[in-house]
Order: sequence, then C-alpha cells, then structure tokens
Amino acid sequence: MKQADFLHTVLPFKDKLYRLAKRLLVSNEEAEDATQEVLMKLWSKKSKIEAYNNVEAFAMTMTKNYCLDKLKSKQAGNLKLVHSNYKDENTSLQKEVELRDSVSFVHEIMEELPEQQKIIIQLRDVEQYDFEEIAKVVDMNPTAIRVALSRARKYIRQELIKKHNYGVS
Amino acid sequence: MELANIENLLEKYFEATTTVQEEQELQAYFSQDNVAPHLQEYQPMFQCFTNLKAETSTRNVPLQPRKNYLKWISVAAVFVLTTSLFINEWNKQRQAEEAFEYFKTTMALVSQSFNSGASHINYLTQFEETTNKIFKTENN
Repeated sequence: MKQADFLHTVLPFKDKLYRLAKRLLVSNEEAEDATQEVLMKLWSKKSKIEAYNNVEAFAMTMTKNYCLDKLKSKQAGNLKLVHSNYKDENTSLQKEVELRDSVSFVHEIMEELPEQQKIIIQLRDVEQYDFEEIAKVVDMNPTAIRVALSRARKYIRQELIKKHNYGVS
Repeated sequence: MELANIENLLEKYFEATTTVQEEQELQAYFSQDNVAPHLQEYQPMFQCFTNLKAETSTRNVPLQPRKNYLKWISVAAVFVLTTSLFINEWNKQRQAEEAFEYFKTTMALVSQSFNSGASHINYLTQFEETTNKIFKTENN
C-alpha cells in the first residue's frame, strides 16, 4: 500500500478520530497527539489494513483504547489533564454572557458524562453512526448502547432544564 | 415539518429509538431559526452537536515511511559479533601455536645442553673403570 492510497483511506475519518479523542481527552493538543499516534500505528500496520473490512471502525476502536489508556495513566499518576484551550473566565460582561451561553453549557455537561456515554453520544449524535457501527467500536450489544445513549441524552436534558429553571448558577 | 411530528421524534429521541435519519430531521429542525418556543430549550443541545461536528484536526501527520532500521542494525550487529568472535578464536589459536613453537625451541635448547652435560658424565664411567682396576673387590 502506497502512501497516497493510505491517505486516501485514512483522511476521510481522520477528523472523526480527532473529535473522538478531543471528547475524551478534552485538550486540543492531546487529541492531536492521539490522532497522530493512531495514524502512525495504522501506517506501520499498513500491510494488514486491506485485511480489515472496516478500517474506520478499527481506527475508532484504536483511538478509543488509546484515549482510555491515556486517561487511566493520568489518573494513576494523580495528574490532571493539562490543556491550553482554557476559556478565559475574567472577561467582559459581554463575553461572559456569551460564555454562559447554553451551547457551551451543553458542552460542559457532556464533559461530565462517564467515558462510555461520552463515546456513544459522540459517535451517535455527532458522527451519526448507526448502532451496528457503534457496537463495533465500543464492543457492546446494541441494546446496551441504546440504554446508555438514552441515559446520556436524558442527563443532558435534565441538566439543561435545571439550568433553565434556576438560571445562571 | 409539523410540530407534532417533531415532538414525537423528540420523545423517541430521548428513548434512543430514533433512526439516524430521524435524528438528522431533528437536527435540521433545530438548526433553523423558527423553533417553537416550548422546544427552544432543546436547541442548544443540537446546536452543540452541530458545532462539535465542525471541529477538525489541523495537524498534518508526518507519514515518512519509517524504515525498519532496527532490523538492519540487528543484522549488522550479528555480523560484527560473529566476525569478532571468529577473529578472537583465530588469534587464540595463533597465540597457542606461537607459544608451542617457543616452548619447542626452549625444550630443544634444554635437551641440547642436557645432552652435552650428559656426555661429560661419560668420563665418570672412565673413572669407575680405572678404580676397579686398582681396587679389586673380593667378589670379583
């Protein structure tokens, strides 16, 4: 497999890998690292790629595993993820209103979700995978995925409504 | 799209029983401007998903064909190791041969001087003979 062929197979889902990594690792840099790492691994195994019938699902699984490993090692080392894309909290009122905007609030809620639900909601609601594809990546049966997805969506709704009722907390 | 349908879909959406297509319909509905007031609280959720989908990786992956240096290094190492062992062995052999040659010449020298020493001892027998001539023992 030539480099051009490889890029041709890989590039369509490179951003998906990145977004999944970003969802789990939060930091831009870490997500870029993870994407790069996974693609390098794929590249080094390029002779075997043809044997996989679904390279995308395989790469997604690799990304998921890589990120979970990363998170585990971070937790074990008692380190917090360091990321540079912090939002500046002390800005003008205008900015603050913007920051408190519900869209970014949803984003914050998503970060509170457990990893499994984060992955599923990312794959379903952002990447619009169907259940079989998700099942390949997370290695769960479709019913369990449906339950987890429903739970995650309801959690987001519940938090949103809470915020709606109490206003800015 | 009629409102009842959307409400219905939303209901199903939170039970996660919608299909991907139905979810796309919901996304399309919430990404437009005139959302029914009582559904507006769901808008940020779909907005957020749409935003997240727009994120792209900016870094290019350097795909230099990573040559398998390690393989060649190990081949070279094995080669160096075997030749050095061979040379070492050969050297040892040569040293042993040299030592043996040296030992041989030394021993030849020793035997030569021993022989010359031994030839002088012959005179002693002469001495013995002459004394025998003079002092005849009773046994004889």
